[in-house]
Amino acid sequence: MADLTVEMAGIRSPNPFWLASAPPTNTGFQVERAFEAGWGGAVWKTLTDRPVRNVSSRFGSLHLADKRMVGFNNIELISDRPFEDNLAEIRQVKRRFPDRAVVASLMIEPDKKQWQEAVRKVEDAGVDGIELNFGCPHGMVERGMGAAVGQHPDLIERQTSWVKSAATVPVIAKLTPNVTDIRASARAAVAGGADAISLINTINSIIGVDLKACVPRPTVAGLGTHGGYCGPAVKPIALYMVAECAKDDTVGVPISGIGGIATWQDAVEFLLLGAWAVQVCTAVMQHGFRIIEDLVDGLNRFLDDNGIGGVRDIVGKALPNYVPFGSLDLDHRVVAAIDADRCIGCYKCYIACLDAAHQAIAPGDAEARVPSVLVDECVGCNLCEAVCPVACIEMVPMAELAGAHPLTSVSAHP
Amino acid sequence: MMGAEAVQGPWSSTISDVEAMAEAARCLFCEDPPCVRACPTGIDIPLFIRKIASGNRVGAAKTIFDANPLGSSCARVCPTDELCEGACVWGKSSRPVEIGRLQQYATDAVLERGVALYDPPSQPIPYRFAIIGAGPAGLAAARELALAGAQVTVYEREQSPGGLNTYGIPPFRLSEGVAVAEAEMILSLGVRFERGVDVGMHVRPEQLVDSCDGVLLACGLGAGKRLGIEGEELDGVMDAITFLRMAKEGRARAGREVVVIGAGNTAMDAATTARRLGAERVTIVYRRSEKEMTAYRFEYAFAKSEGVQFRWKLMPVRFVGEGAVQEVRCRQTELDPSGAWRLAEREERLSADQVIVAIGQARRWDLLDAFQVPHRDGAVTVDEQGRTRRPKVYAAGDCVWSGKGAEATVVVAVEQGKRAALAMLKDARSRRVEHGLATEGSAWPT
Ligand SMILES: Cc1cc2nc3c(=O)[nH]c(=O)nc-3n(C[C@H](O)[C@H](O)[C@H](O)COP(=O)(O)OP(=O)(O)OC[C@H]3O[C@@H](n4cnc5c(N)ncnc54)[C@H](O)[C@@H]3O)c2cc1C
Ligand SMILES: Cc1cc2nc3c(=O)[nH]c(=O)nc-3n(C[C@H](O)[C@H](O)[C@H](O)COP(=O)(O)O)c2cc1C
Ligand code: SF4
Ligand code: SF4
Ligand code: SF4
Repeated sequence: MADLTVEMAGIRSPNPFWLASAPPTNTGFQVERAFEAGWGGAVWKTLTDRPVRNVSSRFGSLHLADKRMVGFNNIELISDRPFEDNLAEIRQVKRRFPDRAVVASLMIEPDKKQWQEAVRKVEDAGVDGIELNFGCPHGMVERGMGAAVGQHPDLIERQTSWVKSAATVPVIAKLTPNVTDIRASARAAVAGGADAISLINTINSIIGVDLKACVPRPTVAGLGTHGGYCGPAVKPIALYMVAECAKDDTVGVPISGIGGIATWQDAVEFLLLGAWAVQVCTAVMQHGFRIIEDLVDGLNRFLDDNGIGGVRDIVGKALPNYVPFGSLDLDHRVVAAIDADRCIGCYKCYIACLDAAHQAIAPGDAEARVPSVLVDECVGCNLCEAVCPVACIEMVPMAELAGAHPLTSVSAHP
Repeated sequence: MMGAEAVQGPWSSTISDVEAMAEAARCLFCEDPPCVRACPTGIDIPLFIRKIASGNRVGAAKTIFDANPLGSSCARVCPTDELCEGACVWGKSSRPVEIGRLQQYATDAVLERGVALYDPPSQPIPYRFAIIGAGPAGLAAARELALAGAQVTVYEREQSPGGLNTYGIPPFRLSEGVAVAEAEMILSLGVRFERGVDVGMHVRPEQLVDSCDGVLLACGLGAGKRLGIEGEELDGVMDAITFLRMAKEGRARAGREVVVIGAGNTAMDAATTARRLGAERVTIVYRRSEKEMTAYRFEYAFAKSEGVQFRWKLMPVRFVGEGAVQEVRCRQTELDPSGAWRLAEREERLSADQVIVAIGQARRWDLLDAFQVPHRDGAVTVDEQGRTRRPKVYAAGDCVWSGKGAEATVVVAVEQGKRAALAMLKDARSRRVEHGLATEGSAWPT
């Protein structure tokens, strides 16, 4: 059994899986259920000193064919429950689960006194850390909160420093991805004294339009607004932003990775690109807290199978291999190789290459329907590999091609 | 004659990676899943399927084996239509998730690669248990007892472990290789395996009861029953259990014209096996009508699809032949006005060079009486946890099956074995406490 414990900027948890600040962490009841199931930590649904009101009909979902919730969007605001109720529940959860990380997420009006008052209260309730929500892309912006702060590095720095001057527990700044250069936000948070950063919050989006009513979804009494996008579809954006921050020497603080994590494999990707721990929201909204069993078991087996002692040994492992474009080798070439035995003859690769790539796949015999790659024409773009429904196309380095690889054929151009 | 592969089952998974992933993605990860309720061993089905989907095949196998020590055999032989898949919520609007095939996919990863899923227990506990029979019930109990750290000895009169998994269930459904490999995985957890030892013949029952903290009867059923009619001793006439065992061992031969007597699941198995061994014509003869037949619908459908023919309302009364059987003489049957079956006047003759009698297995009165456990018509009387009326003696599997209601299955035998093991541990412990003896440091069910 590998060591799954993490310590991020002084916050400890028995495993790297935390619940992100969102509906699953709205109440003590939920967080206790999550901890019973095995979650390592939870960032409480964002608190504010003056509760907000949420709209009815709040979420929209992107379905692709039979796959539901590939992407997810919401126009929910922050906690709509009284501050004091939340504080009492935090206290109770912490008492029952002293070994788990309980972090309070805060979003307060741009006023130093009010921020520091809130910090004092949540610390008094026993939190292990504080996360600053600089990210909510809708609703709160109009009140000068959330992304209204997160899109201005100077405001991030100022508010972070307000909190830092009052806080005794570690402070995590949660960043919005709705900016042109995430590193500027990260540096500002660090300049303000943040002990760690977490990212990403949700992405500005319109999930779809109701064709009949002519209203963007989700609709509230006949109208719609833009909301925050998350779920599996945002993982690539989140991975990029995490890697950018992890690679930047001027950032230099631990990162909590968030965005589209649904399996242990997703989590490992974040860790490899420099996250110290991860947070999950949409996957829990779709499947419940039970997914933690697969997350923990899968991660543990992955580490054991590769002889890795603990989670911290893989943090940032892929970063040295993440380089600027200019560092890539222009002379390296791969070509597509089709495994004829597994090919089912759909010709997806053939038409993709013909119409959208480099006309490097020949259809082959009309009866056999096994296409073949014209090695001289193939530029190694990966398109055919991406479209093949049975994953029977492999991209092989040209150098290995001379060997006995099961390449269908190396025929001449027709 | 057909090739051996038609009869001998495939060792490894018949589901490709691509198919497994696509099928796994169909599972909804339901809350309070009906599929789990329908599994007698309560495997966490959505969890193991999710692990397959996340590329954690060995973890998926662990989830399965945790709940079902014979998860690999069960994946192949469970009547899934009647159990998990029959309960899958997708059945209402589409087709159920193929739980059985996914289970095979997951467990094969462990059996094929010989992955050790369990560490031998670090803390031994001071109990000794004896198990009679290395079939599904005995093996399941042995696994639970061994993992708890107890000393377990399994007595098996055959040379190989597995019971009917190894010697009975048709090879094209469950090969001997898989059955034995799975059994070995359990025995490797520190279980003492006494092969070729017949309790009753080589070991005295009383000796076991006296020297152990608990004894589990998991002896299954006995030999195939005989009809007791004239000509049954002719060459070419045998019972289905013997025939299937020979098929499993690769030494069965099918005749040209085969008559199978009986219409339960074993009859279907014998008939389809005979077909696959190359019989030209296989006819199932049953004394009642299609409605009364006890075989599962899908077994019946499978037999028909394999070209097996059916003759209803015929009762064999005599086998005729010179040295070897040549003909089955039957009388027609009919319902009398009171609704009971009776012999009708008309006779019929079916030519046959092989007759397989599949009318059930005998009971083990001999052994049950030797252990002095109360039973009803050969089915041991037990409580929910497998306790017989006699202290320190437990029973599980086919030997407690009443013969009525649901068919006896591997998966039910496994669950009964698991429960009996828990009861054995619990009772042994409380007996020790009663006698003021030290128990043990390790944590296990109290
Ligand atoms: C032809 C056939 C096909 C079947 N097909 C299926 C199927 O597809 N699916 C399914 O779920 N079920 C099927 N079954 C039923 C299933 O095989 C049984 O329910 C199951 O094997 C019962 O397990 P058991 O451990 O109680 O008994 P068994 O499997 O019979 O094992 C008992 C073991 O005890 C040993 N033993 C007995 N007496 C002694 C003794 N005195 N000393 C030492 N050892 C002894 C025996 O040699 C044997 O190995 C089938 C049964 C038959 C006959
Ligand atoms: C309905 C909903 C409400 C959310 N509310 C908050 C919030 O109150 N505070 C916050 O910091 N992030 C909030 N988030 C963002 C999540 O914490 C998380 O950053 C984002 O959803 C990306 O992770 P995911 O892809 O795992 O969902 C919310 C997300 C959703 C879907
Ligand atoms: S998920 Fe619950 S709260 Fe939300 S719409 Fe459905 S029933 Fe209502
Ligand atoms: S896409 Fe894949 S399966 Fe389809 S023809 Fe090409 S190689 Fe064969
Ligand atoms: S009922 Fe079907 S869909 Fe639901 S968890 Fe079970 S196998 Fe999956």
